[in-house]
Amino acid sequence: MAEVQYRFRDDEPVADPGVTVDSFGAQSNAAAVRLEPGDDARALLPHLERLRLVEVNFPVFGDGRGYSSARILREAGYAGELRAVGQVLVDQIALMRRCGFDSFAPDQPLEPADAEAAFARWADVYQPTTDGRAPVWAKRHPGAVNA
Amino acid sequence: MYKYDQYDQAMVDTRVEEFRDQVRRRLEGHLPEEAFRPLRLMNGLYLQLHAYMLRVAVPYGTLNSAQMKVLGDIADKYDRGYGHFTTRQNIQYNWIKLEEAPDILADLARVEMHAFQTSGNCIRNTTSDQYAGAAADEVVDPRPYAELIRQWSTVHPEFNFLPRKFKMAVIASDTDRAAMRLHDIGIQIVKNEAGELGAAFYVGGGMGRTPMIAPCINAFVPIGQMITYSEACLRVYNRHGRRDNKYKARIKILIHELGKDEYTRQVEAEFAHLLTQNIEPPAEELERIKAFFADPPFETGITDELDRSDAAFARWADTNCLAHKQPGYIAVTISLKPVGGIPGDASADQIRLMGELARQYSFDELRVTHAQNIVLPHVRKADLYALWQILDANGLGTPNLDHIGDMIACPGLDYCSLANARSIPVAQKISERLAPREAEIGELKLKISGCINACGHHHAGHIGILGVDRKGVENYQLLLGGCEGADTSLGQITGPGFDEDGIVGAVEKATEVYLANKQGEERFLDTYRRIGMAPFKEALYG
Amino acid sequence: MKILTGNDLKTGAVTWWDGVQWSLHVEDAVDVGDHADTILAREEAARRVNSAYAIDAVKDETGVRPAHIKDRIRALGPTVRPDLTLKPADPEAGNWVI
Repeated sequence: MAEVQYRFRDDEPVADPGVTVDSFGAQSNAAAVRLEPGDDARALLPHLERLRLVEVNFPVFGDGRGYSSARILREAGYAGELRAVGQVLVDQIALMRRCGFDSFAPDQPLEPADAEAAFARWADVYQPTTDGRAPVWAKRHPGAVNA
Repeated sequence: MYKYDQYDQAMVDTRVEEFRDQVRRRLEGHLPEEAFRPLRLMNGLYLQLHAYMLRVAVPYGTLNSAQMKVLGDIADKYDRGYGHFTTRQNIQYNWIKLEEAPDILADLARVEMHAFQTSGNCIRNTTSDQYAGAAADEVVDPRPYAELIRQWSTVHPEFNFLPRKFKMAVIASDTDRAAMRLHDIGIQIVKNEAGELGAAFYVGGGMGRTPMIAPCINAFVPIGQMITYSEACLRVYNRHGRRDNKYKARIKILIHELGKDEYTRQVEAEFAHLLTQNIEPPAEELERIKAFFADPPFETGITDELDRSDAAFARWADTNCLAHKQPGYIAVTISLKPVGGIPGDASADQIRLMGELARQYSFDELRVTHAQNIVLPHVRKADLYALWQILDANGLGTPNLDHIGDMIACPGLDYCSLANARSIPVAQKISERLAPREAEIGELKLKISGCINACGHHHAGHIGILGVDRKGVENYQLLLGGCEGADTSLGQITGPGFDEDGIVGAVEKATEVYLANKQGEERFLDTYRRIGMAPFKEALYG
Repeated sequence: MKILTGNDLKTGAVTWWDGVQWSLHVEDAVDVGDHADTILAREEAARRVNSAYAIDAVKDETGVRPAHIKDRIRALGPTVRPDLTLKPADPEAGNWVI
């Protein structure tokens, strides 16, 4: 299994590898699950309290379903580790970070200088996500709320 | 028009530096083509038949003279002295070097332009009505809503790797001048009985190999929820759109396979959830954007009459100009379809000249139309003759708007690596053959695509032409009866295809059948709809 | 004959494998026989060419003629802009494409 190269959280990592969504439902003690692109992230929502690690697999970087899976989990309040695994490339990690991923275990390790530049690149963002960053419209209108 | 603030400027500047870094890594061998390709596409850079091609975004088709000057200068400095205006209101250059592409993006950023997401499996440039802000029939100016979508869709973290490309259009009048229902999402801004604004969502339209007219899935989304509803539409598509077959990956296929009702149900459920996430920009943001689209300082009490004593001018004015909401003004379409020319192409000098004329005569505003022409939206009628004289002297005075010579044509096999047949030579021959009879034939929208991807909108042409490859030889199918707009319909193939000269003759025959059967003021399309395909088939193959 | 064509990575210019390097002129193209895959892999890896592929062609009195019209247009340039092709002074050049 690929090494975790970046992890943006301080808690103790879960040692077990993620089980499939199907076996996760049956194994009442599993704390880690692995989502494939075709899996429904919402199937995990009844079990969020016992989940500590969700690995979202990107078998090919061009399959973008994992971005939606990540946001769905974070929007539902999932606070455990959300790990991008598979073909995780340096030019996509900033997008993944915005969708709620807080750890990265790429099949091919990323060039550290490029990865750090990518994480730091976008000072402003147009859209709010659950990552807590203020979108440009919030900076333009401090205090405004959507009616 | 819209002006960037420090944040918008920082976004485009950051993008330039990001792409410069990506190009450097590609050239130094740290980024393989497979991973680089979607990145360059999302910056508008294709590898085409002869070179790289750069597609520059023109958000909702609106430009000013400073931007036109830079577009002309880019054509001279980095390309071969011309650009091509596209059916998505963009401009593209055909002879770009990869190593210079970041510098071009930097030049664009200095005039608040970019190439964000003009290709790739992401949300593309949002298009709109070319007469926005000038048309008498609009509920509101649709462009502030398109700008809101531009910002929301720019580097959207969830939607950069959709199953396939995603095109949106926003209009605000019942007369659809943007082929709204042939987009992945078409939005019509409407007013309800209480006088409140809302967005009608038409989802799942498109051309390509499986043309579909978008159904309305929600006739009134409150305007303060338009972005949230868009996000819901996109999320359902991103999760469930087909990824096993690129030819079945557009949202129209998802909706066709799920059924409109089930897709709508899923969108509404996702929408209800997303409403709890507070992702919608506040009303203050829409108001901020709207202020940029306030009417220019129109003069009042000026003449509303035209001096029609010059017959050539009168013909051009009658053909290429549209009534304006403001007395004394008129909206002018500059045809980029000179007789025998290349549809949509303009030289660097012409691009700069049109910008300069906009500055002099149209409150510094221009529009690109989806029919590959340029609009000066706000011209004083008193200035029209002087303007026309300059246009005419520079090859820009062709009086053929919505006539057969004003055809849409994709670049075809002369430039495009996807094409099966050349489009431009066919366009040129038809133009030369039938231009002399344009006044007699009247309104006739001809649209030519060089392959089934339908960039030339052949399904939506009153007469459509589709180029195909028949055992290595170019062959052209003829379609009749297509139409964009409020009464959108898809053209039907007449029968066996034709060779290059044959298709020119076939188009001419179709116009003759029309003229022989025309009743009263009928246009070609009206006559076709009344008499059907049979008389045309008889003339073509009988 | 089998010949190789692609685009120069930096400039995008259409190029043809002449046995030693990549030429702008199709008439320099050589028959690569069974070696297409080996040459393409090596040249792509060295970043001397982008998106290269092997095509069928014939050698006749006019030189090397790609079998498909698409590659003949690539070899010459856009038929609707003779001034921008590789043979701007030859008014008959477009006929070779068809």
